[in-house]
Amino acid sequence: MADHATGDLRLSRITKRFDRFVAVDDVSLTVPEGSFFALLGPSGCGKTTTLRMIAGLDRPSAGSIDIGGTDITDLKPYQRHVNTVFQSYALFPHLDILDNVAFGLRQRGDKDWKAKSQEALALVQLPDVARKRPTQLSGGMQQRVALARALVNRPAVLLLDEPLGALDLKLRRQMQIELKRIQSDVGLTFVHVTHDQEEAMTMADTIAVMNAGKVEQRGDPATLYEHPASTFVANFLGQSNLLEARITGSASGGRMPAQTHGHDVVVAADRVPDGINDVWIGVRPEKLRLGDSGTNQLKGVVTDASFTGVSTQYLVRMPWGFEVMVVQQNDGSARATVEETVTVSWDPGQEFILDQRQDETAGAEIDDA
Amino acid sequence: MPDGVAAATVRKRPNWVPYALLAPGLLWLVVFFVLPTLSLASQSLQTGDVYNGYSLTWHVQTYVDALSTYWPQLLRSLMYAGLATLLTLLLGYPLAWFVAHRSGRWKNVLLVLVIAPFYTSFLIRTLAWQTILGDQGLLTSLLDRLHLTWALHGFESFLGAVGLGSGSQLLYSPFAVICGLTYNFLPFMVLPLYANIERLDLRLTEAASDLYASPVQAFRRVIWPLSLPGVVGGTLLTFIPATGDYINSVLLGSAKTTMIGQVIDAQFLRVLDYPLAAALSFILMVVIIVLVMSYVRRAGTEELL
Repeated sequence: MADHATGDLRLSRITKRFDRFVAVDDVSLTVPEGSFFALLGPSGCGKTTTLRMIAGLDRPSAGSIDIGGTDITDLKPYQRHVNTVFQSYALFPHLDILDNVAFGLRQRGDKDWKAKSQEALALVQLPDVARKRPTQLSGGMQQRVALARALVNRPAVLLLDEPLGALDLKLRRQMQIELKRIQSDVGLTFVHVTHDQEEAMTMADTIAVMNAGKVEQRGDPATLYEHPASTFVANFLGQSNLLEARITGSASGGRMPAQTHGHDVVVAADRVPDGINDVWIGVRPEKLRLGDSGTNQLKGVVTDASFTGVSTQYLVRMPWGFEVMVVQQNDGSARATVEETVTVSWDPGQEFILDQRQDETAGAEIDDA
Repeated sequence: MPDGVAAATVRKRPNWVPYALLAPGLLWLVVFFVLPTLSLASQSLQTGDVYNGYSLTWHVQTYVDALSTYWPQLLRSLMYAGLATLLTLLLGYPLAWFVAHRSGRWKNVLLVLVIAPFYTSFLIRTLAWQTILGDQGLLTSLLDRLHLTWALHGFESFLGAVGLGSGSQLLYSPFAVICGLTYNFLPFMVLPLYANIERLDLRLTEAASDLYASPVQAFRRVIWPLSLPGVVGGTLLTFIPATGDYINSVLLGSAKTTMIGQVIDAQFLRVLDYPLAAALSFILMVVIIVLVMSYVRRAGTEELL
């Protein structure tokens, strides 16, 4: 058993084919030891299959997996020092909670199983349910038991397969904070699979965004949000306004002139990919302001305004028919009304620039319910 | 009634409905089970004969005589039924597993096939084993054609050595009786097992495997304990009727395989010793109840009782 293998988890050129369908396509990833890593993507993107290959429940068609340099590709699930929190929890219904948590320890002949299991139950704040059966607990409590059952083994990598998916929103937010706390307490490597971008951004140190079996982009939450490398990432993580544009000149003073639908704008030169002239200029709704305080200004007509308390969300129709979304903080500035003609502005450097050959709608219509 | 009159009248109607629903079944049980059992109990304690009539004399000695004379047949019945139950379990568990989880769209067809033998009479099905195991039967001629007669003779000697055969033939031996019992009661084992195994969450085996359990350990610590309700149900449905069965022994056995059912049959219908037959029936019932209770308690599935 690769019992003492610790260190970074490395996937090297992993591919998984089911018949003719390629679920995971040549994925390479490194998960640093002790980090909270999220695999984020819509359903069917291959994230769960990737997780199952790390657990050993599926065998890669090609590629290899190692932990700290020890190859585990050919090890059976029960030979790997990797434990999983399953989406369905998969608690053993015939065992009480303590026996569920102790299952892995006793399987490995750990004499100290009782104390360690009780400690794990205390860590997930369930010290008093040891002698209950799983069916006597609520969904949220079962979720904690499943976590304790995996954690107690102190695995080299702990895998979480959409563990919060079955919980209601409030409990989910609470568990996100708690998971993060537990992870930093125990210092284990967590690999968390989710389709909830907010969940991934809240918890993870590093996120790998997956789409159609490939990793679209990998980075910390802020980088992914501010500098998405593809339209898919731009649309999947939060909202984006993508303006069709053309670079019209060369860089001077860190700025570059561009034109969108006949309107001149300037963008930060370091955001522009080399050798590309036809681009999408992407601006997040909260970076756009109503009024002319920004350098780049576009005029349009407000078609919709919805007040959400902390902010107001506007849709502004541009002269060429495209509607941009503007989110204005409820900070006392003047509100616009529907049918009003307004100026929308932003400063260079607040945008991101993508190759126009990418599909502007990629990742946009995915309902993450 | 402590409640007010109004509450009582409101409740009156729903109160008798459950009893009314229960009545037909209850009546059936009283007429065809409770009364005959009481009559049997009384019969077992009577003395007299068929021609001069019986009188209740509380003659407990009949039970002592019955046990001291027929304990070998009783013990044999329990052993044959036990072996047959074990065999149905060994055959039935993989079969039920296959039908439940591996048969895909053939599931319903396979289930019908499991029950299919019921469309033929019990007697005919048992007789069929005579043509299979007979000296010139299907099995011998098949092995003969395959030049495996030596294997057959070896097996017969083995059966003789362990006390399950005469050493020279398959039919008319304990082996044949156990084969018949196993065959006839297999569906009673498979159906409860299937009902249980089909509901098993196979993701639990993945969880066990993820928690360092090899496939064998995952079966032993997760799948088998979760199968126990089906196993207990199947073994009870097989063991109880198999213990009292006598057709298989009559058709496939010999004088040396006499089971308790045959003794009771003979005492009631040929020897006409009603008290002895009644006492034997009661002893059989009590023995089975005691065995079943201790078995179910051991298996930890009291909720079945």
